[in-house]
Amino acid sequence: MQHGKYRFIVGFLAAPLALYAVFVIWPFIQSIYYSFTDWTGLSPDFKMVGFDNYTRMLKDDIFWKSLQHSVLLVLLLPLVTLGLALFFAFMLNVGGRRRKNATVAGVRGSGFYKIAYFFPQVLSIVIVALLFQFAFNPSDGMLNSTLKGIGLGSIQPDWLGDPSLALICVMSVLIWSTVGFFVVLFSAGMASIPKDFYEAALLDGANRITTFFRITLPLLWDTVQSGWVYMGILALGVEAFTAVQVMTVGPGGPDYSTTVLPLYVYQTAFRDGQAGYATTIGVGLLIVTMAFAAIVMRLGRRERLEF
Amino acid sequence: MKTTDTPPAPAADRVPVSTVTVPGGKKEKSSEGSVLNVFSHGVLIIWAILVVLPLLWAVMASFKTDDSILSTPWSLPDKLHFENWSRAWSQAHMSDYFFNTIVVVGGSLIGTLLLGSMAAYVLARFDFPGNRFLYFLFIGGMSFPIILALVPLFFVMNNMGLLNTVHGLILVYIAYSLPFTVFFLTSFFRTLPTSVAEAAMLDGASHTRTFFQVMLPMAKPGLISVGIFNFLGQWNQYMLPTVLNTEPDHRVLSQGLVELATSQGYKGDWSGLFAGLVMAMLPVLAAYIIFQRQVVAGLTAGAVK
Repeated sequence: MQHGKYRFIVGFLAAPLALYAVFVIWPFIQSIYYSFTDWTGLSPDFKMVGFDNYTRMLKDDIFWKSLQHSVLLVLLLPLVTLGLALFFAFMLNVGGRRRKNATVAGVRGSGFYKIAYFFPQVLSIVIVALLFQFAFNPSDGMLNSTLKGIGLGSIQPDWLGDPSLALICVMSVLIWSTVGFFVVLFSAGMASIPKDFYEAALLDGANRITTFFRITLPLLWDTVQSGWVYMGILALGVEAFTAVQVMTVGPGGPDYSTTVLPLYVYQTAFRDGQAGYATTIGVGLLIVTMAFAAIVMRLGRRERLEF
Repeated sequence: MKTTDTPPAPAADRVPVSTVTVPGGKKEKSSEGSVLNVFSHGVLIIWAILVVLPLLWAVMASFKTDDSILSTPWSLPDKLHFENWSRAWSQAHMSDYFFNTIVVVGGSLIGTLLLGSMAAYVLARFDFPGNRFLYFLFIGGMSFPIILALVPLFFVMNNMGLLNTVHGLILVYIAYSLPFTVFFLTSFFRTLPTSVAEAAMLDGASHTRTFFQVMLPMAKPGLISVGIFNFLGQWNQYMLPTVLNTEPDHRVLSQGLVELATSQGYKGDWSGLFAGLVMAMLPVLAAYIIFQRQVVAGLTAGAVK
């Protein structure tokens, strides 16, 4: 069995590892290094500037705005999305009229709902963002013309053009596109909870709200927690970047009201030609991401000890 | 708690709940079911409408004229304006974007599955120094913000002459799909029985042959799940091509759509834009409806594990 084992291991790992090292690991290490330089990205010359980029970042208003929006997304998006998804999943699985021999029952047509809710998950966030960009169009978009149509012509918000509404619009699009995934995920989890638990609780006189908080949620906690991490990474990563980049004016506007950290990294590096400083902001994003993951793991562990 | 009335088996509409502590609870409880039922149906239908309506609206708009999209957004098309679709397909280069996407995703999906399963198999089945380290090196990539690596990666690719090339993009897609693929397939290979591989080895098959002829066929369900996950991720990818592939001739679908939106917005060709959007939307939606079970399993598998 041992014959040629190491040759085989090396042979099989070489290609994936080389690819991964060159395109993922090496750039990550480089980016930490570049964050201490004044590299523009345009010329090969650069020098070490110590912590200059970091002190500059701490004084940068746009950085603070981006950070604020990213933190807001990380707090609100998982909360709203997972909350809605739990609610819908509970309705699907337990909200139905009681039928013969079933203490708890799903609503009729729950299969249809699950299929429909999942639609946005398979679509590119680009398609979703473009569609809603038109829906939010203030002069002839879907939303405002509907408002006009139902006699509310006096209320014509600027949506993405209004600094106080724009970020909410972006968030609602991200929520719209992710809730369905978690409904399906939580439904699968809820279906695997033994029916006896619900029966016992109902016998003891518990209503459905109590059953939800005392039985469903604790037994589903692991899934909710991994959903929380998944949603947080999404809010700090590619999806948030894409939605803001595609939908908003600027992008990131109006008046920096929707800019988020990944977008600011992208703009600093590829629009402003300050690659060194961009990686510094990227390191800031990395710290936020790791802090978020650590907090969720910590909270999750404490919660689990209670049961 | 005293239970005055506990029927042995729950009857059709009668709820087995009536306790001393809740006087008159019987009546309330039996109506609770139907009130809740109406309420939950109401809420669920509203969300279903919110999800489906924008998509249906886009399909409808793709068959209308620009005028009627803007003036009467909710009316049905007067007739099916297929010319929107042909305009988007040829003039707006949707056909090229489709072609590029199929090439890039096809290449990177095969590469991801092959390299990912090779690495996962070795990490799952062989004990060697550094195994754990390599495993965590791979799965660590799942949680790092990709944008941080993209800045230096742009210049790495530039120096290697891979920037704005299709094969460069394929290599990057594979590299960034490896963390999840390795994570998923490692746990999958661990669940497979060892006896079959051992039998193959006893019969004189080499490690390589055992992998390709015995283990890979056994891992098919896992490969399908992770394949669907990667296919959708790579098909919908936007950030990587936006940074690393700015050559107009090599644009993939998601870039093309943004480009289409920008240019059609100026021209006011909304119907062409929606035709393009729907065109990009339909294949994925159709595939989802046909392979619904596998797609849901593939996408949720990662979160449950």
